[in-house]
Amino acid sequence: MAQQAIELILLRQWASYLTVPLLLVDHEGVLLFFNEAAERVLGQRFEDAGDLRAEQLADLFNLQYEDGERLSPVEHPLGIALRERRPAHLRMRMRGLDGSWRLIESTSMPVEAQGSRHLGAFAMFWEVPQP
Amino acid sequence: MKVTLWGTRGSIPSAGPETVRYGGNTACVEVRASDGSLLVLDAGSGIRRLGATLASERRIDLLLSHLHMDHVQGLGFFAPFFRPGAEVHLWGPSSTDQRMRERLARYLSPPLFPVRIRDLPCALTIHGLTEEPFALGPFRVTAKLICHPGGTLGYRIEEGGRVLAYLPDHEPALGVRHFPREPEWTSGYDLARGADVLIHDAQYADGEYADHEGWGHSAMSHTLAMASLCDVRRLVTFHHDPSHSDDFLDALHEDALGCRPPYELVPGREGLTLEV
Repeated sequence: MAQQAIELILLRQWASYLTVPLLLVDHEGVLLFFNEAAERVLGQRFEDAGDLRAEQLADLFNLQYEDGERLSPVEHPLGIALRERRPAHLRMRMRGLDGSWRLIESTSMPVEAQGSRHLGAFAMFWEVPQP
Repeated sequence: MKVTLWGTRGSIPSAGPETVRYGGNTACVEVRASDGSLLVLDAGSGIRRLGATLASERRIDLLLSHLHMDHVQGLGFFAPFFRPGAEVHLWGPSSTDQRMRERLARYLSPPLFPVRIRDLPCALTIHGLTEEPFALGPFRVTAKLICHPGGTLGYRIEEGGRVLAYLPDHEPALGVRHFPREPEWTSGYDLARGADVLIHDAQYADGEYADHEGWGHSAMSHTLAMASLCDVRRLVTFHHDPSHSDDFLDALHEDALGCRPPYELVPGREGLTLEV
């Protein structure tokens, strides 16, 4: 098993200490990690997530724009950060695997390292209190 | 490969009667291939004595792990730098905003040092490294960033079917709740995996680590665990804390041997030569 880049190792360690939900994928969009705070929003433990790719997230979590229009795999912030290597932000609706609908805001960033290495992307997201 | 330790101390040279056996010079390692080709790892104060033995060496490749002072402070006293006709290649970590020459020039220029890099009489070439493996004569060199503040490289050096791994400043347990558990998520694993000799940071006794977490160095138990995880044949401890006397280091290594590690544990002493 090959070792991950140090930037991803440190990012995962950092994420594991945060109380802000964070999800990390590699440069091919393969899920590497989400933290305990993310588990609460996604309604699933990381250990139970299995093999998952960024393009599956939209379907898996029923991602929608605020008005209920369906979000395609290429439109959600993590997909944009991964594909276009730029930050992206969106407020959207999602249904966790526990069946609960949530309104969330998500900001995603590409992980760009020295030597022009595109290592992946991460999404930080948080639940928006609903009236 | 033949490996000689010219400096094993971390942080600052620590000459004195209490450090005679392990040595007081900072990081420098000589690596010789079976055909006599030379690599020098780091330029701590130990490089001064090494340099004095290289009068007939035409090409010298010097690999820096990073640019902290204890790894570069010997550069200004490295005799081949001042020898016309010597061809010195200096390799080290790339930076995002400054070339390595400019970063080194902060030290190798007045007022910190009287001689400027451009005034050195040798033929000096400075290379910023990426993470792509490359060949240096008979050596195959792989450099990768490892867990230590600032851009720091560890090296995996292969020659004649043998592997030397050099991770002189390394804190693989930083922020890991259960170290070491997952090779995939362990800094330095790819470099050290299956190495015949691993030269690794062992700066702290376990009891000292809590007060130094995040400083970029290892507790002895982390060093031992790293070597086990990577399934190395021999572990050489390195980068000893400047406050650790010979007696203290003897006791530290005796305790480590008591753990019956599944590899040969070699206390890193200045002057030690190993066949890899």
